[in-house]
Amino acid sequence: MDILHALIVLANFIIVPAIAYGSQLALGALGITLVVGVLRFSNFAHGETMAFGTMIVILMTWLFTAIGLSIYPLPTALLALPFGIIGCIAIVLLTDKFVYKFYRKAKSTPVVLVMASLGVTFIMNGLIRFIIGPGDQRFADGARFIIKARDFKTMTGFKEGLAIKVTQSITLVTAIIVVAALFWFLNKTRTGKSMRAYSDNEDLALLSGINPERVVMITWIIVAILATVAGTLYGLDKTFKPFTYFQLLLPMFAAAVVGGLGNPVGAIVGGFIIAFSEISFTYAYKKVFTYLLPADWAPTSLVQLLSTDYKFAVSFSILVLVLLFRPTGLFKGQST
Amino acid sequence: MTGGYGTGADILHDCTVAVNKGEIAVIVGPNGAGKSTAMKAIFGMLTMRSGQVSIDGEDITNLSPQDRVAKGMAFVPQNQNIFTSLSVEENLEMGAFLREDDISETMHQVFDLFPILKERRKQAAGELSGGQRQQVAVGRALMTQPKVLMLDEPTAGVSPIVMDELFDRIIDVAKTGISILMVEQNARQALEIADKGYVLVQGENRFTDTGSNLLSDPEVRKSFLGG
Repeated sequence: MDILHALIVLANFIIVPAIAYGSQLALGALGITLVVGVLRFSNFAHGETMAFGTMIVILMTWLFTAIGLSIYPLPTALLALPFGIIGCIAIVLLTDKFVYKFYRKAKSTPVVLVMASLGVTFIMNGLIRFIIGPGDQRFADGARFIIKARDFKTMTGFKEGLAIKVTQSITLVTAIIVVAALFWFLNKTRTGKSMRAYSDNEDLALLSGINPERVVMITWIIVAILATVAGTLYGLDKTFKPFTYFQLLLPMFAAAVVGGLGNPVGAIVGGFIIAFSEISFTYAYKKVFTYLLPADWAPTSLVQLLSTDYKFAVSFSILVLVLLFRPTGLFKGQST
Repeated sequence: MTGGYGTGADILHDCTVAVNKGEIAVIVGPNGAGKSTAMKAIFGMLTMRSGQVSIDGEDITNLSPQDRVAKGMAFVPQNQNIFTSLSVEENLEMGAFLREDDISETMHQVFDLFPILKERRKQAAGELSGGQRQQVAVGRALMTQPKVLMLDEPTAGVSPIVMDELFDRIIDVAKTGISILMVEQNARQALEIADKGYVLVQGENRFTDTGSNLLSDPEVRKSFLGG
C-alpha cells in the first residue's frame, strides 16, 4: 500500500508533468532539428518564433472571448491556434525572404547564419514585447482538471491524490497528432521525401531536380506550425511570458542535440529525456521516502537534489555531457 | 571544350568527347588528366570558356545541370552518389523527382536490371555494400529515363569480382539503348567493354579510337596500361 502511495506521488509530481513538458520540448526540438537538417544552421530565434505564434493565438483568444466564442470545456486557444499558425508562417517566411535567403545565396558558413538568427531573435523579441508586453499572460480558459486530486482520493480511497490537468492531456493528444502527421508527411509524401533527400545530400538532390527553394519554404512552414503548437501548449500548461520562451531555447536545444541534430526521432526522445531529468532532479522526494522507508527512517530534509532554480543547469549539464562523449547524439545525427 | 573551375585556370584544352546511341564511351588517362573535369564540363558544373555541349543535335551549352537532366542527361558522381538515410526505393523515387508520369514501370526495369535492389528495397541505402550502393546510384540515375548516362568511376573502391559484375550491368544498360559515358581508373577492363575510348592527358585528347584498337595500340599500352 505504501509503495502504491509512493508511486502515486511520483506520478502526480513527476511523471504526469514531465510527459506534458516533454511533449512541449519535443515539438520545439523538432522545429530546431528540421532547420538544422534542411537549412543547416542552429536557429537561435526558435524560442521567439514560438513566442510570436503564441502571441497571435493569445490575441485571437481575447478576440474570441470578447465576442463570446467558446468551446468549453476545451480552452478557446485551440480555436485560435490556426490563426496563430498562419501568422507565424507569415513572419517566418518574411524573415527567410529578407534575412536568411541572402546568406543562403551567398553560401555563408553555418556560424554566419547562426549569428543572423541571433539578430532575428533580438528583433522578434522587441516586436513581441512591443505588441503584447513583457508581462505574464494567462490565457487558459475552459475546464481546469480532468481528475482533481481530491476526486481521485475519494474515488480510489488512496491517501494521495493524482491530478491530471486538461492542458496536460491536450498537450499529449495534440503532440501525438502533430508528430504522427509530421512523420507521415516526411516518410510517405513525395514532398516529404524530397525534404529528407535534400537534408541527406544537397548536391545529389539538385542533380535529381529537387528545387531547394521549395524545400526551404516547406521546411519553414512546418517549423512555424510546430513552433506555434509547442508554444501554445506550453503557454496553456503554464503561462505565456516572452522571457520564458527565450529561456526555453536551452532545454529545446539540449533535447535536439541529445537526440542527434537533424534527426526527428531523436528530437522527440531528447525532449522527454530533458523533461524527465529536469523535473526529477529538482523534485523534493521527502514524501516518497516517507512512504517507502520504515517510519523512524523518514527523512527530515526535503531530499531535493537541486533547487528548481537550477533546472536549466540540468539541461545544460546534459548538453555538455552529450557534446563531450557523444557529439552526434543518441541517434545518428550531425555533430555540432 | 575549354574551361576550368570558377575563374581558375583552364583544365580542359580543346577536349572532345562524344558517344553514340546505345554505345559505351570510356574516358581514361593518368591522374590529373581532367577526366572527371571533362564529365563535369559536359554536365554543366564548370565554367566553359569555349566549345559546346549538345545532345541529339540540340545545343545545351548554356543550360544548368538541372535543365540538362530534363533534356535526358543523367550523372552519377563518384562520391556521395546516393541518399544514405533514404531507403533504396526512396532513392529511386527521388531520381524520378522531375517526372510527373507513372514511374512504376521504370522502377520495374531498374529492379530487373539490379535484382538485389528489389530484395533490399526497404533498407536504408547507406547500409548496403559498396557494389550495391553503386547499383543504387546507377538505378537512381536511370529513373529519369535518360538518353545519356554519365558515370564517374563507377567501380572505385569495389572488389574485382563486383567490378566485373558492374561492368556486365553497364553493358546491359547500354543494350537498352542508353548511351553511356564513363570515366574509369581500371582502364584495361573498361576499354574491353568500350565501343569508343578516349585517352586524356593534361586536359587534351591524346588518343581516340575504338576500345579494342586502343587496347592493342602499343603506345597506349606502354604509356597508360602498364605494358
